[in-house]
Amino acid sequence: MLYGRIHSTESFGSVDGPGVRFLIFTQGCNMRCKYCHNADTWDKNGGTLMSADELIEKALKYKDYWGDKGGITVSGGEPLLQIDFIIELFKRAKQENINTCVDTAGQPFVRKEPFFSKFKELCSLTDLFLADIKHIDPEEHKKLTGVKNDNILDMLRFLSEINKPVWIRQVLVPGITDNDEYLRRTAEFIKTLNNVEKTEVLPYHTLGEYKWKELKMHYPLEGVQPPTEERIKNAKKILEG
Amino acid sequence: MDAWRGFTGRRWKEDVNVRDFIQNNYTPYDGDESFLEPPTEATNKLWEKVQALQKAERENGGVLECETEIVSSLTAYGPGYIDEDNKELEKVVGLQTDKPLKRAFMPYGGIKMAAEAASTYGYKVNDDLVKIFTDYHKTHNQAVFDTYTPEMKKARHSHIITGLPDTYGRGRIVGDYRRVALYGLDYLIKMKEKDLFFCGGRNMSEEHIRLREEIAEQIRALRNMKKMAEIYGYDISEPAKNAREAVQWLYFGYLAAIKTQNGAAMSVGRISTFLDIYIKRDLEEGTLTEKEAQELIDHLVLKFRLVKFARIPSYNELFSGDPVWVTLEMAGVGVDGRHMVTKNDYRFLHTLENMGPAPEPNLTVLWSSRLPKSFKKYAAKISVNTSSIQYENDGVMRPVWGDDYSICCCVSATQTGKEIQFFGARANLAKCLNYAINGGVDLNTREQVGPEIRPITSEYLDYDEVMHKFNDMMSWLVELYVNTLNLIHYMHDKYYYEAAEMALIDTYTRRTFATGIAGFSHVVDSISAIKYAKVKTIRDDDGYVVDYEVEGDFPRYGNDDERADEIAIWLLKAFMKKVREHHTYRNSEPTTSVLTITSNVVYGKATAATPDGRKAFTPFAPGANPSYGAEKNGLLASLNSVAKLPYEFALDGISNTQTISPDALGHNDAERIDNLCDILDGYFGKGAHHLNVNVFGVEKLKDCMEHPEKPEYANFTIRVSGYAVKFIDLTREQQLDVIARTEHKVL
Repeated sequence: MLYGRIHSTESFGSVDGPGVRFLIFTQGCNMRCKYCHNADTWDKNGGTLMSADELIEKALKYKDYWGDKGGITVSGGEPLLQIDFIIELFKRAKQENINTCVDTAGQPFVRKEPFFSKFKELCSLTDLFLADIKHIDPEEHKKLTGVKNDNILDMLRFLSEINKPVWIRQVLVPGITDNDEYLRRTAEFIKTLNNVEKTEVLPYHTLGEYKWKELKMHYPLEGVQPPTEERIKNAKKILEG
Repeated sequence: MDAWRGFTGRRWKEDVNVRDFIQNNYTPYDGDESFLEPPTEATNKLWEKVQALQKAERENGGVLECETEIVSSLTAYGPGYIDEDNKELEKVVGLQTDKPLKRAFMPYGGIKMAAEAASTYGYKVNDDLVKIFTDYHKTHNQAVFDTYTPEMKKARHSHIITGLPDTYGRGRIVGDYRRVALYGLDYLIKMKEKDLFFCGGRNMSEEHIRLREEIAEQIRALRNMKKMAEIYGYDISEPAKNAREAVQWLYFGYLAAIKTQNGAAMSVGRISTFLDIYIKRDLEEGTLTEKEAQELIDHLVLKFRLVKFARIPSYNELFSGDPVWVTLEMAGVGVDGRHMVTKNDYRFLHTLENMGPAPEPNLTVLWSSRLPKSFKKYAAKISVNTSSIQYENDGVMRPVWGDDYSICCCVSATQTGKEIQFFGARANLAKCLNYAINGGVDLNTREQVGPEIRPITSEYLDYDEVMHKFNDMMSWLVELYVNTLNLIHYMHDKYYYEAAEMALIDTYTRRTFATGIAGFSHVVDSISAIKYAKVKTIRDDDGYVVDYEVEGDFPRYGNDDERADEIAIWLLKAFMKKVREHHTYRNSEPTTSVLTITSNVVYGKATAATPDGRKAFTPFAPGANPSYGAEKNGLLASLNSVAKLPYEFALDGISNTQTISPDALGHNDAERIDNLCDILDGYFGKGAHHLNVNVFGVEKLKDCMEHPEKPEYANFTIRVSGYAVKFIDLTREQQLDVIARTEHKVL
């Protein structure tokens, strides 16, 4: 049987996809985003091994709360690193008629086999993608996350090609992404896509900072304050039009 | 009869039967809130005046004025108005005393308490009155203490049973105030006279003699109610002829209750749908506009916001923030399957917009997945914006209580006009567990309070041994508790009988006997710790177990973990089964609640450390809530745990209070409203009973605690276990408790 490496689950999520959702956080990520609020999900050897059945059984305990919009969201970590498992999980979910979301930063995406076919299969089982654009500028992206962004933007183009609904999310960090020029370039990129149902601005917060300390790592954004209401409004205006 | 023009149905005309009237005449409303009207100028002026009075009251240390010369009664005062100079603004008249917020002198519950309540705020009750109620007229409190056994006094003193209604009115009796409007007093008096005529004629037993005296008291109260109305220039002998009269007549009925009783909970009941019938008729006849209809409801609510009683400090510690539980229900579903949402339910909720948030009346939505979506959304919107309303599951209550029940306090259902409840506060089961471990000795006083069973002597607690002893100790406690309540209610009936309320209830009434549990989650987690981890005892020099060390992890109640939750279910059932073994006063039906109100702080303060890791003398979790910090799997896992408690074993109610930060509920209000509706549908779909919903962040609480003078906090209302309260009116200790509980939820 296939097992997923799972960091944790949360019975109540209401800001990661439509409606009330059961959240599954997978373990392991290749990106090292400076503002990551789940740094404890990076290590690919951590977490707990769980089967799709176990997770679905757990999620179904909350089905009564989902109304007609809710369901499950797989976040991370980076779920696409465990794409075989997510496919299995969503197959089970679809047997139970559960609405499915993947919250991904797209880093593992390539239009190469064997990944590409698997990704297409995953798309057929996924109702909505929540995709983070960490940074629109390739250089800045590398500085912020440690990896390049061309394949990430390509994933968004692919999802647009197959008309898969996407919500784009942009974390607004003062000094990094909270910059009118970058925001405009991001907006222009989004305009080239035809599948974006919603663009969300997520203001940077410091709630994940303690995790870096617990992991005995230096927090690179120490001292950076959350953006002001005014800047959040500005970003929303530029990105959400 | 002209007053009943256009009303259909027949049974309610032949006998007192308000439910039948409602079912035959109400009109379900499926639309949205767009018809609602803003406050009138009169409403704004009156509300401004009331706010100024409330501000003055706060600045005066919590009480504006206390009566010291007049014993409260139906006819003790001349007319009183919110604003003497602008009487004509008030569409609904009547105050408890001659001035707004002036607290009446009510000595029948206990003269010491009545005098102490006044003296706490710098008022001295007339010596003659003190002498009369000490030497010449016995009070409820005196009678109870005359008859308490030494064991009862010890248990009370050590707080293993506390909050007992032996120093204040028991409350929780909801007169069917609608009867005043529908029938007028002459008919109600006639019906009671008939009852008196037939009572005991063939068998003059002690029971019948008592009932005859009670009916006579009820008839006297009804006659005085008429006089009370006359003081305000109204004749309420006949049925109300229009909406304005219906609201006024009904309020006079309620006013009679709060002029004569200072019960902890003085609920007004299920009046919304009833009044809608009158308003709708007037709207159709063209004699009332929607604006006037809203004004009537606004002014009625204004009156409910003014209800106050003089309380002693120890009472305020139990029930913080001066609550009176003017609980008022709306929505629900009828036995015939039609939902009971009317436009008037919108109007009552809308008062929180027209006059801002407020703790009273205690607006209660009887939730069902079958309520119209637009109403659900409007209620959720009011919750998101005001945190002032509570939700109770009509789906679990309707099969037990029918479709005309009222909530008589926070969460306790009672069939309106057909039933009364004997309120019984609660037994401290966490302390009971400590007694089981320490051989019945109270750790605070070192007194032998419980039976002298052999204490546990091992270093590590053994599950079987603890359970055996706990079970025995709980049997002792329940017996003592029930006996104590029997005695209290006997004396309450005798010396502080609720004649005005009982006059509006069927003579042959059903009675429930409402026990309660405090420390619920701590006992559950303690048993789980003993069962699934290793619990080491820490003893003092005398060998008493004063603390515990838990080695290893254990499942906690509040995580949807079967292992802990089945202990919770067992505990509730075990307690309730023990209650059922005993005789309960006046053949009442025993029930229990998992509800602490804000007394979780006081009970916790009187209780040493418990094996779940709770530190000595720290607050309990309120009601059926999981313990602080126990919930590790998020809100819905916590709700699932509470939802597992079987309502049939806690017919007096299972209270749960949750605070959700706006950011965690959705990105914007539209999402928050939808998500809250889904959460309520889900929770109640699982058979849960009650949910208090707060929507705010901990930052707001902290800022409000530090800066209570900010105008935006004057009416900042939050839900605590079973009622709503202005946050600034809580004691600092209670504020810190609320903050601590909210903070656990942030991450």
